[in-house]
This record gives sequence, structure tokens and C-alpha cells, in this order.
Amino acid sequence: MTATVAHLHEETDAPYALSHLDALESEAVHIFREVAGEFEKPVVLFSGGKDSIVMLHLALKAFAPAPVPFTLLHVDTGHNFPEVLDYRDRAVAKHNLRLHVASVQEYIDAGKLRERPDGVRNPLQTVPLTEAIQSLKFDAVFGGGRRDEEKARAKERVFSLRDEFSQWDPRRQRPELWQLYNGRHAPGEHVRVFPLSNWTELDVWQYIAREGIELPEIYFAHEREVFQRNGMWLTAGEWGGPKEGETTETRLIRYRTVGDMSCTGAVDSDATTLDAVITEIAASRLTERGATRADDKMSEAAMEDRKREGYF
Amino acid sequence: MTSTTEQGAHLADLAATTLLRFATAGSVDDGKSTLVGRLLHDSKSVLTDQLEAVERVSADRGQDAPDLALLTDGLRAEREQGITIDVAYRYFATTRRRFILADTPGHVQYTRNMVTGASTADLAVVLVDARNGVIEQTRRHAAVAALLRVPHVVLAVNKMDLVGYEESVFASIAEEFTAYASDLGVPEITAIPISALAGDNVVEPSAHMDWYGGPTVLEHLETVPVSHDLTACPARFPVQYVIRPQTAEHPDYRGYAGQIASGVLRVGEAVTVLPSGRTSVIAGIDALGQSVDIAWAPQSVTVRLADDIDISRGDLIAPSASAPATTQDVVATVCHVADQPLAVGARVLLKHTTRTVKAIVKEIPSRLTLDDLSQHPNPGQLVANDIGRVVVRTAEPLALDAYADSRRTGSFLLIDPADGTTLAAGMAGESFASKAAERAVQGDDEGWDF
Repeated sequence: MTATVAHLHEETDAPYALSHLDALESEAVHIFREVAGEFEKPVVLFSGGKDSIVMLHLALKAFAPAPVPFTLLHVDTGHNFPEVLDYRDRAVAKHNLRLHVASVQEYIDAGKLRERPDGVRNPLQTVPLTEAIQSLKFDAVFGGGRRDEEKARAKERVFSLRDEFSQWDPRRQRPELWQLYNGRHAPGEHVRVFPLSNWTELDVWQYIAREGIELPEIYFAHEREVFQRNGMWLTAGEWGGPKEGETTETRLIRYRTVGDMSCTGAVDSDATTLDAVITEIAASRLTERGATRADDKMSEAAMEDRKREGYF
Repeated sequence: MTSTTEQGAHLADLAATTLLRFATAGSVDDGKSTLVGRLLHDSKSVLTDQLEAVERVSADRGQDAPDLALLTDGLRAEREQGITIDVAYRYFATTRRRFILADTPGHVQYTRNMVTGASTADLAVVLVDARNGVIEQTRRHAAVAALLRVPHVVLAVNKMDLVGYEESVFASIAEEFTAYASDLGVPEITAIPISALAGDNVVEPSAHMDWYGGPTVLEHLETVPVSHDLTACPARFPVQYVIRPQTAEHPDYRGYAGQIASGVLRVGEAVTVLPSGRTSVIAGIDALGQSVDIAWAPQSVTVRLADDIDISRGDLIAPSASAPATTQDVVATVCHVADQPLAVGARVLLKHTTRTVKAIVKEIPSRLTLDDLSQHPNPGQLVANDIGRVVVRTAEPLALDAYADSRRTGSFLLIDPADGTTLAAGMAGESFASKAAERAVQGDDEGWDF
């Protein structure tokens, strides 16, 4: 350790430090622009959930004052929360974007997918997703996945090469060095891109608060008819709940994640503001997925197995 | 340090905290998992449902105690083999700082993983077992940290409880390591005596080592300065993307989007665009929607110039007063990260900042053995996990800095044009920061050109 280094610290650390949110934002914007610069036909997976809403916000900032140079893709399970679909459509209209929808219900109606006995549709998204990517010839697909969500996702690269079957092979990933992302791929292959890789759930909420980003109302505490299944509060609805023996009750709840209604659980909460939500998450002893996702509890490697098949 | 459970009271402060990226390195039985586990656990980053899942799986397997390695080993293959095969990134926070931890496997054959983790790290923690002292693997980790020019290195002397918390044991290991790493040019070394298992000096100060007056591991992580290396250097701005709205509202807007790789950019500054050499003046800087007079690394911004000159992705904007030279002959150290070898004569792609060019490997003058820093002349090729010197000729000129001056503009990838595989991680210029390192190694009979 030399005097020179200490001198540099004094001179430059304070005036040129970046807050952690600024650093994460800068990194994510860099990733969006890399993809815009290197790929022919990128698409942003957009569900109307908080992570994809933050992705859209970052993309808008990355290319301002020009429009976002990507289209959006939503895999609609057929069991989405109406408030979220409404938000999705308003966002698309507001920013004059183009939205592709891949519909699980259409696949079921056409006999190309079969409803599972438990009615959970999240795993059924993989086929419509991968077929949409192939048929629309997307070569880069942005996902809102974060490495803090799940232990298989902790191993995911920012640029994740998928083969012509959209498969993820965790043992054959490219090392990712510095900020030099390698997006080379053969025709038919594509790259999944995760600009929020290094964000945590708390970072996402703090960023939403800082930027004043609007969210679907289901993220904030409200009274709702719910029933209990496998230890989770699920919203009653036409998707197949409650079944016989399951009783509904009105509870004050909110959602931490947004997904298919059949497997996305609500948490008891009185957090009606962004600050209250952030306080609640900072004190929570449960992970986002552990608290609210039934499909991740199916087996120890449920996420890894679905990702291998092409799930996001 | 304040635990995250108290964060609710400090929401405003929380958004203003800084981010530290660090990597851990240690041999298989040095207690790296325990140290990582304790940092995560004591910062509230291991949550109830994750612990329950670990307890459930451990019990199903008939194990008496929860196997905490299951927290970090996320892949089926890792759990089956009981080893970590790939870098994983983990996240935790205190009220003072947020952390991104690159948890890198310690196996010899995974040198590339430590290189991957260290490439973005502000700090590396090298773990040593107090009973064994500095071993080959420790020197290898120090060498990788020095090669990648990680600004801060922490030597964590672990298992102090097994050597009676003896100051003399710690002092001699710290002295040996510091001498070795300083010779390699590691700029800052902090040695901390710990017991990850008992919790001494990881988060809480140890009651067993009154003789130690320094910080705990977490205190050090919370207070070590970050980013100074980026802003102290001359400004470098690789152009990623040209923003031209061509809308009624912005008919003439033409901005160059990118992330400032190093240094500081100011409105009014005279700049040169490379490789063309054209000059202009910064007319405006848009920092993601806000017009600013000054911006610095690693901010993503959009720069507007006073003159309408031809600039595209891959160009570099730099202050005219300190613009880099361009070259087509790259002399560098590379870490080979692919399974297929890299041979003399190979035609490759070279990705430097936002520019990808064709290149030929002209020479591989030497291969480095990290164990003892000995070098083997003209190996002909490099295979997985090898580190070697290369001379590469590029088809177009590059505005390449020495890696010693900028990790961002001195680094590059070699890519296989046939299948897109990332072959090697390159660092331009000298390998190690210190000439003393070269002298130390040259002491033996063979020459040393690293």
C-alpha cells in the first residue's frame, strides 16, 4: 500500500462515487445498448410484473429521446390478473410499442398442450415462448430474471446462449468477463439477456420508488377473496379454485410477484405505499419466490429443470 | 455495522449506499463456504425458506446437520458431486453498502472461474488455513488477483481457533503473503485473522484476539474505497450505439450512447474520435434523461458533439489532450477459458470495448505456471486454464490502453469465429504491476518475460 493510492482515494472517492442504484442502472442500460448494437431482432419479455416494468423503464431511458428499438412479447397463461393485463395494454399504448402475445390458452384449445391435473400453468409457458421466439425469429430475448431469486438463477449469465431448442446448459456457459458480453450465435440459436441480473428484490423496489414508476395495484395491500392451498393464499377465480373443501375468505393482502393465478400466492400485508412495501421487504424473513411461488416448490431443482427446457 | 433488520428506519439512506463487487478465493477445505455462509447469514441474506429447504434436503439424505453448501451449490451436478463447478453471484447488504459477491470455486482446474470473478471485482478475499499457511494455491490466488489487477486484496487467515489464536502464527503468514503479493504489484493488502466457524472477526470483533486492532472482514468490506481506479484515469468513452430519433420533436438529435469506461467527461472539452482521429468538442451530455455538465465512469450517458462527424459503434471518444495511440499489434497476457486450444496462427475475433475485429495469433512467446510463476517459452498453444503471453495482429487499428491503466479499455476477448466460443480473456501490456515480480522470478536460471 503506497501513499499514492491513499492520495487518490481522498481526491476522487467522494466526488465521483455512484450510489448503488445508479451503478445498477448504468450497468443495465449498458446491457440494453449492447444488445441494440449487436443483434438483429431483440424482444423484451413483458408480463406487466414489476421486473419487466423496470426493464421497460430502463429501456426508455437508454434510448431517449428516441423510441425503444425493441418489440415486446408476453406469454399469456390465460390465468393472468386482469389489473396486470390492463397495465400491460396501457403501457404498450402509452409508449407506442408493438406487443406480441403467445397464448397458453390457444395452445390448450388447439390440443398442442394439455392442462396439468393441478391446473398450474406456469410450466406450460415454455412451449409457446420458445415457438414464438423461433417463428418470429428473435435473436435476443430480454428477461427480468434476477440472480437473487433462486439458486439456479444465481448461476445464470447476463448473456445466456440458448440452442435451437432454446435449451440452457449450465455446464457449457461462456465465461463472462469484465463488461465484455459475447453475443455471437448461430442461426436458429438465440441469446437470453438479463439486465437485472445483479439487482435484488429490494433494489427493484427502491428503484421504483426513486423513479416514481407506476405499478399494477395488486402489488399494494388491498382486500381480496382468497383461499388457502399448500400454505399459500390464492385468488379465487375461474381458473380452478377454490376446489371442494377449500373455503374463501376476505383478507388484507398484496402480491410480491405477478404470475399465473394458479400458482402465485399473496402475502398478508397492510403496505399501501411504496415506502411501506420497502419496509416490509427489508424486514421479511422469506424470499420472494419462497413466499409466493408454488411451482418452485415442486422439486429441489424445479427452476433449473425448467430453465434447461427453455423457460426464462 | 447495523443489521438489515434496522433498515426500515433508514430508507432514505439506503438508496444512497455504494456498491462493492468482490470475489472470494480459497482452496476446497479452507472454509470458504463457511465464511460466505456467515457473511450471508449475519447480514440477513439467508432467509427462512432457504434454510428450511436446506434442512429438508439434508434430512432426506440422512445427514445429521444442515449442509450449508446446499445454499450455494445451485446446480444438480454440483449437488451430486458435492463441489462447486461454476461462479455464482450472491447479494447482501448492510446499511452502509450493497455487495455483489462472485463466489468462485477453489479447484485448480477452475482458474478461469477465478479470473471471471476477479475481472469485475474491486476486492478479492484470499482465504488461508492458519494451520497450513501460504501454500501453492494461495500463491496462485494472489497471482490471479495481481494479474487481473484487483485493487484491494484481503488475506483472511482462517481457523485461528485451531492454532490457539496465536498472534505469531498470524503474523508470520501475513508477512509471507504480503511480501509475495506486494512483489507481484498488488497495491493494497489487508490481513485479518478470523475463525469463520466461531465467528471471530468476520462480522463481530473477536474476544479471543486482543492483539489484533484492525477491522473485521465486514467492516473492511463496508469501508474500502471503490471506483477510484476508474475516475483517476484519462477519460475513455466507447460508442455503443448512435441515437437518432428522427422525430418531429427531435429532428436533428444525434447522440452517442455509451458507458464511460474510465475518467471524467466535461461539456466544452476538446475530444478526438478514434480510430479516425477526427476532433470536436463535447456540446452536451445527457445522463439518462438529465442534461449534465460533467459525468464520470461508470455512468451510462449520451454524448453530443459540436460537429456532425461520422461516428459509429466501436469508435472511441477521448479527450484530445490524453487520447490513446492506436495499434494493430496487440501484446498481451491471456487466460485461456475454453476447452478447445488456442494455437499460433489461429484466426480469431477480438472484442475490445464495443469493437469486434478480425485477428490472427502471431506468437505465443510463453506460458505461465501460476504455482511457481515459472514460464515456459514457446508452448505452441494454450489450453483450458492456461495463462500465457500472446502477440495478436488485428485487421483494424484499436485504441487500446494498457490493462494496468484501465481494466475497461485494456481488456479484450478472443472469440472463435466458427462457433462464437469465448476462447480467452486478454489483458494488454505488462502482466504484473511490479518489476520486482519479474526480478524475483528471474532469480532462477530461466528468463522471465511476464
